[in-house]
Amino acid sequence: MTYKERFDKRDFKEMRPIDAKIGVVPNADGSAMFSFGDTIALASVYGPKTLTPKHMQNPEKGILRVHYTMLSFSVGERAKPGASRRSQEISKVTEWALSPVVRLDELPGTVIDIHIVIPQANAGTRCAGINAAAMALAHAGIPMTEMISAVSVGKIDDKICVDLIKEEEDYEEGEGATDMPVAYLSNSGKLTLLQLDGRISTEKFEEALEAGKDACKKIFELQKKVLKEYK
Amino acid sequence: MAGYKVTRKNIMEAISKGKRLNGRGLFEQRPIEIKFGISNKAEGSVSVKFGKTEVVCGIKMDVSEPYPDHEDEGTMITSMELLPLASPEFEYGMPSIEAVEIARIVDRGIRESGFIDFKKLCIKEGEKVWSIFIDLATINDDGNLIDASALAAVLALLIARKPVYDKKKERVSYGEFTDEKLPLNIEKMPLTITFFKIGEKVFIDPTREEENATEGRLTVELSKPESEKSELINAMQKGGESPFSIKEIENIVEEATKMFKKLKVLVDGEIEKFEKEKTEKSEGKKSKRKEKVEE
Repeated sequence: MTYKERFDKRDFKEMRPIDAKIGVVPNADGSAMFSFGDTIALASVYGPKTLTPKHMQNPEKGILRVHYTMLSFSVGERAKPGASRRSQEISKVTEWALSPVVRLDELPGTVIDIHIVIPQANAGTRCAGINAAAMALAHAGIPMTEMISAVSVGKIDDKICVDLIKEEEDYEEGEGATDMPVAYLSNSGKLTLLQLDGRISTEKFEEALEAGKDACKKIFELQKKVLKEYK
Repeated sequence: MAGYKVTRKNIMEAISKGKRLNGRGLFEQRPIEIKFGISNKAEGSVSVKFGKTEVVCGIKMDVSEPYPDHEDEGTMITSMELLPLASPEFEYGMPSIEAVEIARIVDRGIRESGFIDFKKLCIKEGEKVWSIFIDLATINDDGNLIDASALAAVLALLIARKPVYDKKKERVSYGEFTDEKLPLNIEKMPLTITFFKIGEKVFIDPTREEENATEGRLTVELSKPESEKSELINAMQKGGESPFSIKEIENIVEEATKMFKKLKVLVDGEIEKFEKEKTEKSEGKKSKRKEKVEE
Protein backbone atom coordinates (compact mmCIF):
# COMPACT_ATOMS: atom_id res chain seq x y z
CA MET A 1 0.00 0.00 0.00
CA THR A 2 1.46 3.31 -1.01
CA TYR A 3 -0.13 6.72 -0.78
CA LYS A 4 -1.29 6.96 -4.41
CA GLU A 5 -4.16 9.37 -4.08
CA ARG A 6 -4.79 11.99 -1.40
CA PHE A 7 -7.78 11.56 0.92
CA ASP A 8 -9.47 14.59 -0.62
CA LYS A 9 -8.35 13.77 -4.22
CA ARG A 10 -6.08 16.81 -4.49
CA ASP A 11 -2.84 16.76 -6.46
CA PHE A 12 0.11 16.15 -4.15
CA LYS A 13 1.40 19.69 -4.45
CA GLU A 14 -1.99 21.36 -4.56
CA MET A 15 -3.31 23.37 -1.62
CA ARG A 16 -6.91 23.29 -0.45
CA PRO A 17 -8.90 26.32 -1.67
CA ILE A 18 -7.49 29.37 0.13
CA ASP A 19 -9.50 32.40 1.17
CA ALA A 20 -8.73 35.63 3.02
CA LYS A 21 -10.59 38.65 4.34
CA ILE A 22 -9.59 41.92 6.00
CA GLY A 23 -11.36 43.71 8.86
CA VAL A 24 -13.06 40.79 10.63
CA VAL A 25 -12.61 42.36 14.09
CA PRO A 26 -13.84 45.98 13.98
CA ASN A 27 -12.39 46.83 17.42
CA ALA A 28 -8.83 45.98 16.40
CA ASP A 29 -6.26 48.26 14.77
CA GLY A 30 -5.89 45.57 12.13
CA SER A 31 -7.53 42.19 11.57
CA ALA A 32 -7.82 39.39 9.03
CA MET A 33 -9.15 35.90 8.36
CA PHE A 34 -7.20 33.27 6.41
CA SER A 35 -8.39 29.77 5.55
CA PHE A 36 -7.01 26.59 3.98
CA GLY A 37 -10.21 24.70 3.18
CA ASP A 38 -11.93 24.10 6.51
CA THR A 39 -9.00 25.31 8.60
CA ILE A 40 -9.81 28.88 9.59
CA ALA A 41 -7.69 31.44 11.48
CA LEU A 42 -8.71 34.88 12.72
CA ALA A 43 -6.08 37.41 13.73
CA SER A 44 -6.35 40.82 15.35
CA VAL A 45 -3.62 43.38 16.01
CA TYR A 46 -3.69 45.97 18.80
CA GLY A 47 -0.93 48.55 18.81
CA PRO A 48 1.68 49.80 18.65
CA LYS A 49 0.91 51.04 22.16
CA THR A 50 3.08 52.11 25.09
CA LEU A 51 4.20 49.05 27.01
CA THR A 52 3.43 48.92 30.73
CA PRO A 53 4.92 48.23 33.22
CA LYS A 54 7.63 50.58 32.06
CA HIS A 55 10.54 48.34 33.06
CA MET A 56 9.46 45.86 30.40
CA GLN A 57 9.92 48.45 27.66
CA ASN A 58 12.86 48.22 25.31
CA PRO A 59 14.21 51.73 24.60
CA GLU A 60 15.86 50.46 21.42
CA LYS A 61 12.91 48.77 19.73
CA GLY A 62 9.30 47.69 20.03
CA ILE A 63 8.12 44.30 21.23
CA LEU A 64 5.87 41.90 19.31
CA ARG A 65 3.68 39.53 21.34
CA VAL A 66 1.73 36.69 19.75
CA HIS A 67 -1.06 34.77 21.47
CA TYR A 68 -2.42 31.71 19.67
CA THR A 69 -5.69 30.12 20.89
CA MET A 70 -7.86 27.29 19.60
CA LEU A 71 -11.53 27.53 20.46
CA SER A 72 -12.71 24.55 22.49
CA PHE A 73 -15.09 23.45 19.73
CA SER A 74 -12.62 23.83 16.84
CA VAL A 75 -11.54 20.18 17.14
CA GLY A 76 -13.26 16.79 17.54
CA GLU A 77 -12.60 16.20 21.22
CA ARG A 78 -13.34 19.38 23.17
CA ALA A 79 -10.13 21.30 23.85
CA LYS A 80 -9.84 22.79 27.31
CA PRO A 81 -9.96 26.59 27.04
CA GLY A 82 -6.80 28.47 27.92
CA ALA A 83 -3.11 28.11 27.12
CA SER A 84 -1.60 24.67 26.62
CA ARG A 85 2.07 23.72 26.11
CA ARG A 86 1.29 23.35 22.43
CA SER A 87 -0.37 26.75 22.07
CA GLN A 88 2.46 28.45 23.96
CA GLU A 89 5.05 26.99 21.60
CA ILE A 90 3.02 27.96 18.53
CA SER A 91 2.67 31.51 19.86
CA LYS A 92 6.45 31.73 20.24
CA VAL A 93 7.39 30.32 16.81
CA THR A 94 4.76 32.59 15.24
CA GLU A 95 6.38 35.55 16.99
CA TRP A 96 9.74 34.54 15.48
CA ALA A 97 8.11 34.03 12.10
CA LEU A 98 6.58 37.52 12.02
CA SER A 99 9.04 39.79 13.85
CA PRO A 100 11.86 39.85 11.22
CA VAL A 101 9.73 41.92 8.83
CA VAL A 102 8.23 44.33 11.38
CA ARG A 103 10.21 47.57 11.71
CA LEU A 104 10.33 47.32 15.48
CA ASP A 105 13.36 49.63 15.45
CA GLU A 106 10.97 52.43 14.44
CA LEU A 107 8.71 51.73 17.44
CA PRO A 108 10.87 51.90 20.61
CA GLY A 109 9.14 51.52 23.96
CA THR A 110 5.98 50.07 22.40
CA VAL A 111 4.26 46.71 22.17
CA ILE A 112 2.21 45.18 19.37
CA ASP A 113 -0.19 42.45 20.46
CA ILE A 114 -1.29 39.88 17.90
CA HIS A 115 -4.13 37.54 18.83
CA ILE A 116 -4.74 34.46 16.69
CA VAL A 117 -7.93 32.47 17.23
CA ILE A 118 -8.82 29.20 15.49
CA PRO A 119 -12.60 28.60 15.30
CA GLN A 120 -12.39 25.50 13.05
CA ALA A 121 -9.35 23.27 12.64
CA ASN A 122 -8.27 20.62 10.16
CA ALA A 123 -4.44 20.81 10.41
CA GLY A 124 -2.26 23.72 9.30
CA THR A 125 -3.64 26.10 11.92
CA ARG A 126 -0.29 27.74 12.78
CA CYS A 127 0.32 28.47 9.09
CA ALA A 128 -3.19 29.88 8.59
CA GLY A 129 -2.58 31.93 11.75
CA ILE A 130 0.69 33.36 10.42
CA ASN A 131 -0.95 34.26 7.09
CA ALA A 132 -3.84 36.00 8.84
CA ALA A 133 -1.52 37.76 11.32
CA ALA A 134 0.77 39.07 8.56
CA MET A 135 -2.26 40.54 6.79
CA ALA A 136 -3.62 42.00 10.04
CA LEU A 137 -0.26 43.73 10.66
CA ALA A 138 -0.41 45.27 7.19
CA HIS A 139 -4.05 46.27 7.78
CA ALA A 140 -3.02 47.98 11.03
CA GLY A 141 -0.50 50.05 9.06
CA ILE A 142 2.48 48.66 10.98
CA PRO A 143 5.71 49.34 9.04
CA MET A 144 6.86 46.07 7.44
CA THR A 145 9.73 45.31 5.09
CA GLU A 146 8.02 42.41 3.30
CA MET A 147 5.10 40.00 3.52
CA ILE A 148 5.10 36.55 5.13
CA SER A 149 3.31 33.48 3.81
CA ALA A 150 3.17 30.09 5.50
CA VAL A 151 2.07 26.59 4.56
CA SER A 152 2.50 23.11 5.95
CA VAL A 153 4.32 20.71 3.68
CA GLY A 154 5.19 17.14 4.40
CA LYS A 155 5.81 13.65 3.27
CA ILE A 156 2.99 11.12 3.38
CA ASP A 157 4.45 7.67 2.82
CA ASP A 158 6.95 8.56 0.05
CA LYS A 159 5.00 11.47 -1.48
CA ILE A 160 5.78 15.14 -0.88
CA CYS A 161 2.43 16.81 -0.12
CA VAL A 162 1.45 20.44 0.32
CA ASP A 163 -1.09 21.68 2.89
CA LEU A 164 -1.69 18.51 4.89
CA ILE A 165 -5.05 17.68 6.42
CA LYS A 166 -5.58 15.90 9.74
CA GLU A 167 -6.04 12.46 8.14
CA GLU A 168 -2.67 12.85 6.41
CA GLU A 169 -0.91 13.95 9.58
CA ASP A 170 -2.23 10.77 11.20
CA TYR A 171 -1.18 8.49 8.29
CA GLU A 172 0.71 5.48 9.60
CA GLU A 173 1.20 3.17 6.63
CA GLY A 174 4.40 2.90 4.58
CA GLU A 175 6.86 5.56 5.66
CA GLY A 176 4.17 7.31 7.72
CA ALA A 177 3.77 11.07 7.94
CA THR A 178 6.34 13.85 8.13
CA ASP A 179 4.91 17.28 8.87
CA MET A 180 6.87 20.44 8.16
CA PRO A 181 5.32 23.89 8.54
CA VAL A 182 7.29 26.63 6.78
CA ALA A 183 6.99 30.41 6.35
CA TYR A 184 8.70 32.31 3.56
CA LEU A 185 9.40 36.01 3.15
CA SER A 186 7.84 37.38 -0.02
CA ASN A 187 10.87 39.24 -1.43
CA SER A 188 14.04 37.76 -0.01
CA GLY A 189 12.69 34.19 -0.11
CA LYS A 190 14.14 33.48 3.35
CA LEU A 191 12.45 31.20 5.86
CA THR A 192 11.12 32.54 9.16
CA LEU A 193 9.35 29.37 10.33
CA LEU A 194 10.64 25.85 10.05
CA GLN A 195 9.53 22.92 12.16
CA LEU A 196 9.60 19.23 11.35
CA ASP A 197 8.19 16.05 12.82
CA GLY A 198 8.76 12.66 11.23
CA ARG A 199 11.46 11.00 9.18
CA ILE A 200 12.64 12.33 5.83
CA SER A 201 15.80 11.99 3.70
CA THR A 202 17.85 15.09 2.96
CA GLU A 203 16.88 14.87 -0.75
CA LYS A 204 13.17 14.70 0.02
CA PHE A 205 13.59 17.49 2.54
CA GLU A 206 14.91 19.76 -0.21
CA GLU A 207 12.00 18.80 -2.43
CA ALA A 208 9.60 19.67 0.39
CA LEU A 209 11.26 23.07 0.87
CA GLU A 210 10.77 23.85 -2.83
CA ALA A 211 7.14 22.71 -2.77
CA GLY A 212 6.52 24.96 0.23
CA LYS A 213 8.12 27.90 -1.53
CA ASP A 214 5.88 27.49 -4.59
CA ALA A 215 2.75 27.28 -2.45
CA CYS A 216 3.77 30.35 -0.43
CA LYS A 217 4.08 32.34 -3.67
CA LYS A 218 0.42 31.57 -4.38
CA ILE A 219 -0.56 32.51 -0.84
CA PHE A 220 1.35 35.78 -1.18
CA GLU A 221 -0.58 36.59 -4.38
CA LEU A 222 -3.88 36.17 -2.51
CA GLN A 223 -2.66 38.20 0.50
CA LYS A 224 -1.54 41.00 -1.81
CA LYS A 225 -4.80 40.96 -3.79
CA VAL A 226 -7.05 41.03 -0.71
CA LEU A 227 -5.02 43.80 0.96
CA LYS A 228 -5.07 45.90 -2.22
CA GLU A 229 -8.82 45.46 -2.71
CA TYR A 230 -9.68 46.36 0.89
CA LYS A 231 -11.11 49.84 1.32
CA MET B 1 -10.09 60.16 30.32
CA ALA B 2 -11.46 63.59 29.37
CA GLY B 3 -12.74 62.17 26.08
CA TYR B 4 -14.51 59.38 27.92
CA LYS B 5 -16.33 61.82 30.22
CA VAL B 6 -17.57 63.92 27.31
CA THR B 7 -18.86 60.82 25.57
CA ARG B 8 -20.59 59.64 28.69
CA LYS B 9 -22.23 63.03 29.17
CA ASN B 10 -23.37 63.06 25.54
CA ILE B 11 -24.81 59.58 25.85
CA MET B 12 -26.66 60.51 29.04
CA GLU B 13 -28.09 63.67 27.49
CA ALA B 14 -29.34 61.86 24.42
CA ILE B 15 -30.84 58.99 26.43
CA SER B 16 -32.59 61.39 28.81
CA LYS B 17 -34.34 62.79 25.71
CA GLY B 18 -35.45 59.28 24.76
CA LYS B 19 -32.95 58.65 21.93
CA ARG B 20 -29.39 57.55 21.38
CA LEU B 21 -26.59 59.54 19.82
CA ASN B 22 -27.16 57.86 16.46
CA GLY B 23 -30.96 58.23 16.63
CA ARG B 24 -31.73 54.62 17.57
CA GLY B 25 -34.76 54.25 19.86
CA LEU B 26 -34.39 53.09 23.47
CA PHE B 27 -36.09 49.73 22.84
CA GLU B 28 -34.76 49.36 19.32
CA GLN B 29 -32.50 46.35 18.89
CA ARG B 30 -29.48 46.63 16.55
CA PRO B 31 -29.68 44.42 13.43
CA ILE B 32 -29.15 40.76 14.38
CA GLU B 33 -27.07 38.66 11.99
CA ILE B 34 -26.90 34.88 12.46
CA LYS B 35 -24.50 32.46 10.80
CA PHE B 36 -24.79 28.74 11.54
CA GLY B 37 -22.05 26.15 11.29
CA ILE B 38 -18.93 28.20 12.02
CA SER B 39 -17.12 25.02 13.13
CA ASN B 40 -17.77 21.65 11.48
CA LYS B 41 -16.07 20.01 14.48
CA ALA B 42 -18.77 21.19 16.88
CA GLU B 43 -22.05 19.34 17.50
CA GLY B 44 -23.69 22.70 16.79
CA SER B 45 -22.19 26.14 16.27
CA VAL B 46 -23.25 29.67 15.46
CA SER B 47 -22.07 33.25 15.21
CA VAL B 48 -24.43 35.96 16.46
CA LYS B 49 -23.90 39.61 15.62
CA PHE B 50 -25.71 42.50 17.29
CA GLY B 51 -24.42 45.36 15.17
CA LYS B 52 -20.65 45.24 15.68
CA THR B 53 -20.80 42.84 18.63
CA GLU B 54 -20.00 39.27 17.59
CA VAL B 55 -20.22 36.23 19.86
CA VAL B 56 -19.64 32.64 18.77
CA CYS B 57 -20.99 29.52 20.45
CA GLY B 58 -20.08 25.89 19.97
CA ILE B 59 -21.71 22.82 21.53
CA LYS B 60 -19.49 19.84 22.34
CA MET B 61 -20.70 16.61 23.94
CA ASP B 62 -18.98 13.92 25.89
CA VAL B 63 -19.92 11.00 28.10
CA SER B 64 -19.18 11.17 31.81
CA GLU B 65 -20.41 10.10 35.22
CA PRO B 66 -23.59 11.77 36.50
CA TYR B 67 -23.70 13.87 39.65
CA PRO B 68 -24.50 11.69 42.69
CA ASP B 69 -27.71 13.63 43.42
CA HIS B 70 -28.97 13.32 39.82
CA GLU B 71 -27.93 9.84 38.80
CA ASP B 72 -30.33 9.63 35.85
CA GLU B 73 -29.63 13.02 34.31
CA GLY B 74 -27.11 14.41 31.87
CA THR B 75 -24.98 17.41 32.73
CA MET B 76 -24.34 20.82 31.22
CA ILE B 77 -21.42 23.21 31.61
CA THR B 78 -21.48 26.72 30.17
CA SER B 79 -18.34 28.78 29.76
CA MET B 80 -17.50 32.14 28.30
CA GLU B 81 -14.17 33.45 27.06
CA LEU B 82 -13.71 37.19 26.68
CA LEU B 83 -10.99 36.76 24.07
CA PRO B 84 -8.37 39.55 23.90
CA LEU B 85 -8.81 39.19 20.12
CA ALA B 86 -12.13 40.98 20.56
CA SER B 87 -11.21 44.02 22.62
CA PRO B 88 -8.17 45.86 24.00
CA GLU B 89 -9.94 45.68 27.39
CA PHE B 90 -9.83 41.86 27.62
CA GLU B 91 -6.84 40.04 29.07
CA TYR B 92 -5.49 36.49 29.25
CA GLY B 93 -5.50 34.52 32.47
CA MET B 94 -8.21 33.30 34.77
CA PRO B 95 -11.74 34.02 33.49
CA SER B 96 -12.74 37.50 34.67
CA ILE B 97 -15.83 37.99 36.83
CA GLU B 98 -17.54 39.49 33.75
CA ALA B 99 -16.98 36.26 31.80
CA VAL B 100 -18.07 34.09 34.72
CA GLU B 101 -21.25 36.12 35.23
CA ILE B 102 -22.25 35.92 31.56
CA ALA B 103 -21.74 32.15 31.53
CA ARG B 104 -23.80 31.75 34.69
CA ILE B 105 -26.67 33.92 33.45
CA VAL B 106 -26.82 31.98 30.16
CA ASP B 107 -26.63 28.69 32.05
CA ARG B 108 -29.47 29.54 34.42
CA GLY B 109 -31.94 30.54 31.72
CA ILE B 110 -31.39 27.28 29.87
CA ARG B 111 -31.44 25.12 33.00
CA GLU B 112 -34.45 26.65 34.76
CA SER B 113 -36.67 26.84 31.68
CA GLY B 114 -36.50 23.07 31.21
CA PHE B 115 -35.35 23.62 27.63
CA ILE B 116 -33.08 20.57 27.84
CA ASP B 117 -34.57 17.23 28.90
CA PHE B 118 -31.68 16.07 31.07
CA LYS B 119 -33.33 12.70 31.84
CA LYS B 120 -33.11 11.78 28.16
CA LEU B 121 -29.35 12.37 28.32
CA CYS B 122 -28.93 9.37 30.63
CA ILE B 123 -27.16 6.39 29.07
CA LYS B 124 -26.86 4.14 32.14
CA GLU B 125 -28.23 5.35 35.45
CA GLY B 126 -25.55 6.16 37.98
CA GLU B 127 -22.78 5.34 35.54
CA LYS B 128 -22.88 7.08 32.18
CA VAL B 129 -24.64 10.20 31.02
CA TRP B 130 -24.15 12.72 28.23
CA SER B 131 -22.55 16.00 29.21
CA ILE B 132 -23.16 19.10 27.13
CA PHE B 133 -20.54 21.83 26.92
CA ILE B 134 -21.83 25.22 25.85
CA ASP B 135 -18.71 27.21 24.98
CA LEU B 136 -19.03 30.90 24.21
CA ALA B 137 -16.37 33.32 22.99
CA THR B 138 -16.23 36.92 21.81
CA ILE B 139 -14.97 37.85 18.36
CA ASN B 140 -15.74 41.57 18.68
CA ASP B 141 -17.12 43.41 21.70
CA ASP B 142 -19.43 46.34 21.12
CA GLY B 143 -21.67 45.88 24.15
CA ASN B 144 -24.59 43.69 25.29
CA LEU B 145 -22.57 40.48 25.44
CA ILE B 146 -25.12 38.89 27.80
CA ASP B 147 -28.01 38.89 25.32
CA ALA B 148 -25.85 38.00 22.31
CA SER B 149 -24.36 35.08 24.28
CA ALA B 150 -27.73 33.81 25.51
CA LEU B 151 -29.14 33.89 21.99
CA ALA B 152 -26.07 32.16 20.55
CA ALA B 153 -26.31 29.37 23.13
CA VAL B 154 -29.99 28.68 22.39
CA LEU B 155 -29.42 28.71 18.61
CA ALA B 156 -26.41 26.38 18.84
CA LEU B 157 -28.39 23.94 21.01
CA LEU B 158 -31.31 24.03 18.56
CA ILE B 159 -29.19 22.92 15.59
CA ALA B 160 -26.83 20.56 17.44
CA ARG B 161 -26.82 16.84 16.70
CA LYS B 162 -25.40 14.12 18.89
CA PRO B 163 -21.99 12.62 18.13
CA VAL B 164 -21.64 8.88 17.62
CA TYR B 165 -21.26 6.91 20.85
CA ASP B 166 -19.28 3.70 20.55
CA LYS B 167 -21.09 1.36 22.96
CA LYS B 168 -18.35 -1.28 22.92
CA LYS B 169 -15.51 1.13 23.67
CA GLU B 170 -17.86 3.17 25.89
CA ARG B 171 -16.67 6.45 24.45
CA VAL B 172 -17.59 9.10 21.90
CA SER B 173 -16.30 8.71 18.34
CA TYR B 174 -15.16 12.30 17.95
CA GLY B 175 -15.88 13.94 14.64
CA GLU B 176 -18.67 11.47 13.73
CA PHE B 177 -22.20 12.76 14.04
CA THR B 178 -25.62 11.15 14.11
CA ASP B 179 -28.74 12.83 12.70
CA GLU B 180 -30.20 12.81 16.19
CA LYS B 181 -30.92 16.18 17.74
CA LEU B 182 -30.50 16.96 21.41
CA PRO B 183 -33.51 16.19 23.64
CA LEU B 184 -34.99 19.68 23.79
CA ASN B 185 -38.38 20.93 24.87
CA ILE B 186 -38.54 23.47 22.07
CA GLU B 187 -41.69 25.10 23.40
CA LYS B 188 -39.78 25.95 26.59
CA MET B 189 -37.05 27.82 24.74
CA PRO B 190 -35.64 30.58 26.97
CA LEU B 191 -34.86 34.02 25.55
CA THR B 192 -32.92 36.71 27.32
CA ILE B 193 -33.31 40.46 27.34
CA THR B 194 -31.17 42.79 29.44
CA PHE B 195 -32.32 46.30 30.34
CA PHE B 196 -29.79 49.00 31.12
CA LYS B 197 -30.31 52.14 33.16
CA ILE B 198 -28.90 55.65 32.94
CA GLY B 199 -30.47 58.16 35.31
CA GLU B 200 -34.19 57.41 35.18
CA LYS B 201 -34.12 56.01 31.64
CA VAL B 202 -34.11 52.34 30.73
CA PHE B 203 -33.02 50.94 27.34
CA ILE B 204 -31.81 47.75 25.66
CA ASP B 205 -28.92 46.53 23.52
CA PRO B 206 -26.27 49.14 24.36
CA THR B 207 -23.06 49.63 22.41
CA ARG B 208 -19.90 49.30 24.50
CA GLU B 209 -19.72 53.08 24.99
CA GLU B 210 -23.33 53.20 26.12
CA GLU B 211 -22.94 50.16 28.37
CA ASN B 212 -19.89 51.71 30.07
CA ALA B 213 -21.99 54.80 30.80
CA THR B 214 -24.81 52.83 32.46
CA GLU B 215 -25.26 52.54 36.21
CA GLY B 216 -27.33 49.40 36.45
CA ARG B 217 -28.86 46.55 34.47
CA LEU B 218 -31.55 43.94 34.84
CA THR B 219 -31.52 40.72 32.85
CA VAL B 220 -34.84 38.92 32.32
CA GLU B 221 -34.95 35.38 30.94
CA LEU B 222 -38.36 34.27 29.75
CA SER B 223 -40.01 31.26 28.18
CA LYS B 224 -43.53 30.54 26.99
CA PRO B 225 -44.46 26.88 27.43
CA GLU B 226 -47.63 25.74 25.65
CA SER B 227 -49.29 24.97 28.99
CA GLU B 228 -49.00 28.58 30.13
CA LYS B 229 -51.20 31.52 29.18
CA SER B 230 -48.35 33.99 29.25
CA GLU B 231 -44.58 34.10 29.56
CA LEU B 232 -42.78 32.67 32.57
CA ILE B 233 -39.75 34.28 34.15
CA ASN B 234 -37.01 31.64 34.47
CA ALA B 235 -34.10 33.70 35.63
CA MET B 236 -33.20 37.27 36.50
CA GLN B 237 -30.05 39.11 37.38
CA LYS B 238 -29.69 42.65 38.57
CA GLY B 239 -26.22 44.02 37.89
CA GLY B 240 -24.50 47.31 38.63
CA GLU B 241 -24.87 49.68 41.52
CA SER B 242 -28.02 51.56 40.63
CA PRO B 243 -31.17 50.45 42.50
CA PHE B 244 -34.46 49.76 40.66
CA SER B 245 -37.93 50.68 41.96
CA ILE B 246 -40.77 48.12 41.89
CA LYS B 247 -42.47 50.25 39.26
CA GLU B 248 -39.34 50.20 37.09
CA ILE B 249 -39.03 46.44 37.43
CA GLU B 250 -42.68 45.91 36.52
CA ASN B 251 -42.25 48.06 33.44
CA ILE B 252 -39.11 46.16 32.47
CA VAL B 253 -40.85 42.80 32.79
CA GLU B 254 -43.73 44.04 30.66
CA GLU B 255 -41.33 45.38 28.02
CA ALA B 256 -39.38 42.08 28.22
CA THR B 257 -42.47 40.05 27.27
CA LYS B 258 -42.90 42.25 24.19
CA MET B 259 -39.22 41.80 23.25
CA PHE B 260 -39.55 38.06 23.88
CA LYS B 261 -42.28 37.74 21.25
CA LYS B 262 -40.23 39.63 18.67
CA LEU B 263 -37.10 37.64 19.41
CA LYS B 264 -39.04 34.37 19.20
CA VAL B 265 -40.25 35.21 15.69
CA LEU B 266 -36.65 35.86 14.70
CA VAL B 267 -35.36 32.59 16.20
CA ASP B 268 -38.18 30.52 14.69
CA GLY B 269 -37.51 32.09 11.29
CA GLU B 270 -33.77 31.45 11.44
CA ILE B 271 -34.22 27.83 12.51
CA GLU B 272 -36.81 27.22 9.80
CA LYS B 273 -34.42 28.67 7.21
CA PHE B 274 -31.58 26.51 8.55
CA GLU B 275 -33.67 23.32 8.43
CA LYS B 276 -34.87 24.10 4.93
CA GLU B 277 -31.34 24.66 3.64
CA LYS B 278 -30.21 21.46 5.33
CA THR B 279 -33.00 19.43 3.70
CA GLU B 280 -32.28 20.95 0.31
CA LYS B 281 -28.60 20.16 0.70
CA SER B 282 -29.18 16.54 1.66
CA GLU B 283 -31.75 16.11 -1.12
CA GLY B 284 -29.25 17.63 -3.53
CA LYS B 285 -26.65 15.13 -2.37
CA LYS B 286 -29.13 12.27 -2.67
CA SER B 287 -30.10 13.17 -6.22
CA LYS B 288 -26.42 13.52 -7.14
CA ARG B 289 -25.74 10.11 -5.69
CA LYS B 290 -28.67 8.74 -7.65
CA GLU B 291 -27.29 10.23 -10.86
CA LYS B 292 -24.00 8.52 -10.21
CA VAL B 293 -25.70 5.19 -9.70
CA GLU B 294 -27.68 5.62 -12.89
CA GLU B 295 -24.54 6.47 -14.85
